[in-house]
Amino acid sequence: MTFLLRRGLFYLITLWAAITANFLLPRLLPGDPVQAMITKLGGRLNSDAMASLYILFGLDEKKSIWEQYVDYWGALARGDLGLSFTFFPTPVADVLSQSLPWTLGLVGVTTVIAFLLGTLMGVYAGWKRGSWMDSLIPVTTFLSSIPYFWLGLIAISVFAVTFPLLPASGGYAAGLVPEWSGEFIGSVLEHAVLPGITIVVSSVAGWILGMRNMMVTVTAEDYVLVARAKGLSQKRIMFAYAARNAVLPSISGFALSLGFIVGGALLVEMVFSYPGLGYVLFQGIGAKDYPLMQGVFLVITLAVLVANLLADIGYLLLDPRTRREG
Amino acid sequence: MNFKTRLGLGILAFFTLIAVIGSWIAPYDPSAMGDDLLSPPSGAHWFGTTMTGQDIFSQVLVGTRGVMVVGLVCGVLATFLSILVGVTAGFLGGAADEALSMLSNVFLVIPALPLIIIVASMLPSADTVLIAAVISLTAWAWGARVLRAQTMSLRRRDFVEAARASGERTWRIIVFEVLPNLTAVIASGFVGTVIFAVMLQITLSFVGVVSLSTWNWGTILFWAQSNQALGQGAWWWFVPAGLCIALLGTALALINFGIDEYANPRLRKVRA
Amino acid sequence: MTDVALEAKGLVKTYKRVRAVQDVSIVLRRGRVTALVGESGSGKSTVAKLLARLVDPTAGEILLDGKKVRRVREYRRKVQMVFQDPFASLNPVHTIRYHLTRPLKIHKRPETVEQLLERVNLPADFASRYPHELSGGQRQRVAIARALAAHPEVLLADEPVSMLDVSIRLGVLNLLLDLKERLKLAVLYITHDIASARYFADETFVMYGGQIVEGGDSESVTQKPAHPYTQLLIESAPDPERAVVALDAPVEEVAAVSAGCQFAARCPKVQARCWTDAPPRSDVGEGHWAACWLYVEAAA
Repeated sequence: MTFLLRRGLFYLITLWAAITANFLLPRLLPGDPVQAMITKLGGRLNSDAMASLYILFGLDEKKSIWEQYVDYWGALARGDLGLSFTFFPTPVADVLSQSLPWTLGLVGVTTVIAFLLGTLMGVYAGWKRGSWMDSLIPVTTFLSSIPYFWLGLIAISVFAVTFPLLPASGGYAAGLVPEWSGEFIGSVLEHAVLPGITIVVSSVAGWILGMRNMMVTVTAEDYVLVARAKGLSQKRIMFAYAARNAVLPSISGFALSLGFIVGGALLVEMVFSYPGLGYVLFQGIGAKDYPLMQGVFLVITLAVLVANLLADIGYLLLDPRTRREG
Repeated sequence: MNFKTRLGLGILAFFTLIAVIGSWIAPYDPSAMGDDLLSPPSGAHWFGTTMTGQDIFSQVLVGTRGVMVVGLVCGVLATFLSILVGVTAGFLGGAADEALSMLSNVFLVIPALPLIIIVASMLPSADTVLIAAVISLTAWAWGARVLRAQTMSLRRRDFVEAARASGERTWRIIVFEVLPNLTAVIASGFVGTVIFAVMLQITLSFVGVVSLSTWNWGTILFWAQSNQALGQGAWWWFVPAGLCIALLGTALALINFGIDEYANPRLRKVRA
Repeated sequence: MTDVALEAKGLVKTYKRVRAVQDVSIVLRRGRVTALVGESGSGKSTVAKLLARLVDPTAGEILLDGKKVRRVREYRRKVQMVFQDPFASLNPVHTIRYHLTRPLKIHKRPETVEQLLERVNLPADFASRYPHELSGGQRQRVAIARALAAHPEVLLADEPVSMLDVSIRLGVLNLLLDLKERLKLAVLYITHDIASARYFADETFVMYGGQIVEGGDSESVTQKPAHPYTQLLIESAPDPERAVVALDAPVEEVAAVSAGCQFAARCPKVQARCWTDAPPRSDVGEGHWAACWLYVEAAA
């Protein structure tokens, strides 16, 4: 339990740091973009919306920074993230709650697939070191060096424009109403194929390489040698002895690189106009919609932290040493 | 040095050369509009032209410098930060280590891309150097983590104790006894940071939060995307820049494998 | 006595719950070699690190020439250490010249690197070499030269020959003896090999479980061992004319801190009170003592 408590405390501190950064950034950086936007919108903002924007972006200069900070936390506690300029007059919180499920679905599923697939391939590549599998390394390196969004562009150009097999953009076919019907779900899956494959292809290489190197290191350990000497089957040594130990750093790596992967996945959403947080962020950038951009940042950070906590639990289940500590 | 490493160094040298001479050998002014609108690759325009008739080959050549400069600046700045934080934390241990490790883990876990997008779009003028500085601030944490672990394993080694026993000061032990033994790790961290920085800069340009007045591979992709190059089948508009990014990234990754194999003999290829 | 160079009184070092060193007092005299004998885990290396001030004691004090020295650098000018593993104690990225120049600069000594090398019988052209180009014995000589560069009064040698080939051990030990004579060094010789203590040391202390259990002049301790542990150590030392008696209890079983004698669990002559009361020191000969209940009866 000590392990989970420590991690939980760390995530709370990280969340606090992210929120505080969000609070400080618009106050530290020069220029007053939000003020300009409010002026532009003029009378269309009601007084409540105006008040919350003042709290979120520190426009009320009569208050001390400390009072502003307390007000800011108060606003967050109420779930008040201000109004989106892009989707005016929808509150940011509403925009986020509509797009979050799309991102969680797409990014969550593809990341798990990429991790499992990459780890499995890495186990095999590490085990069969020196065979033809080694020639996969330059190829996977090349794939992992391609920016996510560019791979997405290529995917669209080949599979949606040149050979119109799959839809190029959106989360479901235009004209359908989101509901639990076979037609709608089919359309959602169809639209998820290209962005999903893009994310898997560009993120799988990292897992393959990491796992391969760990396998190479682990197979030289004495306990693997002993397992071989005992005459256990190759398959059993590979999974129960080598891979079981090699996967632990991979899982802690998973937790730490998640922020990076999510960043890449957001770009894929932008390219595919997928109705998730990435696309919302993209629209926000164009309109200089700071309330929306900051809201996206907070929600993504929160999601990454929760995913990290899940990875920690997985680690706990696989590594008896951390269990005993508790 | 094996073939992979040499290939990586070769490609890197090529792009470095282009970064230096690219703007002189470019056949056209990359921003000048021409008469051939959206034409595919030809003898006059090797990589074709844009919607407004700009020469894409010239854009790629001129844009190389921006990419390489950001990579280099970030690599140097972030590596410096990672040494400062990682080696200090690993060597001192105790409460200082707890605090510094916490700091680098926070930076690692927070998703950098949305944060940098916010910062970049709030900056009044997001020019190349400023962006490089902002990227560096988020890029040091991974290197710091690796360096901390390596330093911790070095700290208890006898030669460090021996240096203390002969009366060396702590800062001298860190700089002259520990750091030289971390060369491979630092080099690999530097290369990794350059990859990260290049990708991030291109991404920021593509998304459109960075000043579009200077060319880099990402700005080419930004214009291609905002002019629906895809829908018009103008593959030549976005393929060359993307391939350059992937090539440069591969080259750097190959160099890093070379460093890893040098530092960790177990990864060296077994000879049958 | 004025020939005392270094005196440690009641040293205690506790790591979390483990007491690595408990109440160790030791005196090092000029021109004399004091051996500290014990098996791995006995705390003898911790004593060396405490005396080198590489770790701070939990309790106790260290007097150099009868005084407490507050400034570490001043202390290190007079107390130097040679480490066990010459493959680990030299930094692989630096030349021999660098290793020897640093202490000369730090302690502002006038010698040259070549003079230091000569003192340990190494050719002057070794200065430009790297540690990996030297053999174990040569490296240990470099480590000794580095320790001598500061002009120390006290040399702490933590198993200086245990990592070396048997054939060259004697050479390094003789070098240390020779230097001790010429420079009037007070030498602490830490070893697990009690036979070498007889040859090399004037005085021998035997350490077990963080405590010194027997002490006296080397001849008496090694020829007439009083403590059952010392007796076991001597019996188990390799000797072609005698069968090997193994110490049979596993070490971890013994590591637990008990109220009584640390050695009770492994002692062939264990008595009931050994488990509950710590034995006091008893004289067993001239300047020769042991901490064991066996001798309390005799004295009383």
